[in-house]
Amino acid sequence: MISIKNVNKTYVAKHGSVKAVENVNLEIKEGEIYGVIGYSGAGKSTLIRMLNGLEIPTEGSITVAGREISHITGAKLRKARQEISMIFQHFNLLWSRTVIDNIAFPLEIAGVPKKKRMERVKELISLVGLDGRENAYPSQLSGGQKQRVGIARALANNPKVLLCDEATSALDPQTTDSILELLVDINKRLGLTIVLITHEMHVIRKICHRVAVMEGGSIVETGPVLQVFKNPKQQITKRFVQQVTEPEETKDTIEHLLSLYPHGQVIQLTFVGDGAEQPLMTNLIRQFPLTVNILQGKISQTRNGSYGTLFIHLDGEEEDIQNALDYMSSQEVGVEVINNG
Amino acid sequence: MDEFLAEVKWDKLIEATQESIYMTSISVLATFILGMLLGLLLFLTNKGSLWQNRAVNFIIAAFVNIFRSIPFIILIVLLIPFTKVLVGSMLGANAALPALIIGAAPFYARMVEIALREIDKGVIEAAQSMGANHFQIIFKVLIPESLPALISGLTVTAISLVSFTAMAGVIGAGGLGHFAYLEGFQRNRPMVTLVATIAILILVFIIQLIGDYFTKRTDKR
Repeated sequence: MISIKNVNKTYVAKHGSVKAVENVNLEIKEGEIYGVIGYSGAGKSTLIRMLNGLEIPTEGSITVAGREISHITGAKLRKARQEISMIFQHFNLLWSRTVIDNIAFPLEIAGVPKKKRMERVKELISLVGLDGRENAYPSQLSGGQKQRVGIARALANNPKVLLCDEATSALDPQTTDSILELLVDINKRLGLTIVLITHEMHVIRKICHRVAVMEGGSIVETGPVLQVFKNPKQQITKRFVQQVTEPEETKDTIEHLLSLYPHGQVIQLTFVGDGAEQPLMTNLIRQFPLTVNILQGKISQTRNGSYGTLFIHLDGEEEDIQNALDYMSSQEVGVEVINNG
Repeated sequence: MDEFLAEVKWDKLIEATQESIYMTSISVLATFILGMLLGLLLFLTNKGSLWQNRAVNFIIAAFVNIFRSIPFIILIVLLIPFTKVLVGSMLGANAALPALIIGAAPFYARMVEIALREIDKGVIEAAQSMGANHFQIIFKVLIPESLPALISGLTVTAISLVSFTAMAGVIGAGGLGHFAYLEGFQRNRPMVTLVATIAILILVFIIQLIGDYFTKRTDKR
């Protein structure tokens, strides 16, 4: 559906040039939710804006839905853009128009006759769950409702691709989740390909099938979300994964625990996929004469399986502890000893 | 009091008021059209905008700055030859129009430009991302989204135009300025000047009220 080949984007500034995107190659399949994660300044915004021609690559080519976006201009580009919708961090609604008229806006641009326009708007309003707010102005809506208008507006012309430019970054966690659910729903129901950029791993974990990690204009790591969670290769990817799996305070807690339990061992277990769902703890306690204390744990759900970490404390004979570690290692669980009592 | 008021020739006052309203309305209309055009061009040819063009932007900006800076009373005098060719006379309400429009349009153009700059760039980008052409962006995004500011700018411009018409009146264009100067000041009838002033004030208040009403009505932010 989307193919990005050897794309470079260089901005010429007063003091030399800035490479915003460097040698990026990506293939995004039809019906997929593809996430691009990176900190601000990583070039992800520039990358997504090249997908609908808001930015033009300095080198390389970008093909979306069979059209080479990077090389068409004028009327052809405008026509192509009707099939590649975009939603924005700050919603970018027209404040002078009501919900209905905002959603009808892209239809007006496409030259859809008024009667058909209104029919379509009605469908969209119930699709995104805005019934009853049809005649409100954006200033009367909450952030989540505004983004729903943005989504409805983006879907108006039956696009093939939906680009989400930090679409949930201005929303609170609860609203973020409801918007993400809406995106998944749309993806399933309409088979829409979604590309989203974000700096929150939570968003990737929750809805993406595959992910690309960007740093300094380049893509440093790609893969199915669960795999990237299981086996993050780059330092930056590890940091993003930690955003979700390890709460901020984990480090402090661990240090506190180490001083609290001078005997035995503190162990970090990493569960991926099926491993996360078996009764490991029960087996451990039944088979080994050990005191097992669960210190902290978290399991995160991704689109293709769960991923979790668990911190436990084991106390008992050294030999038994070693046997227990061997047992756990044989159970498709990542085992890491944090200290040696 | 009655004695003083008897000095005022009411039919002449009404005639003068009508002339003032006529000059103001025509010049406001023309200023709106010309100012919108210039203002849009100023905005669109600016750096980073849709029709980015340094030369055109420079020329329009120079034109606007020059005509905005010339004091109106001098502008009228400077434009006498031009007006003579265009209207055929230096006297009457129509003769005041070219100077009024050329004096006020650049002023309004700047206000239009400022109003357009206030629009969130993201909204323009959103329209582009939907495949809007430039014409659609101007008429469906730029103008509606800046409408309250465009109207309040026009209100301010219209009020300056009222005072411009009064100045134009002094050099023979008719209207309340002419009436106050000729009938009041020169014939030493202060009451006439006062009544003419009140008439002008009422005109200004009415314009302000109408302007405020529409600014408020269009502002949905």
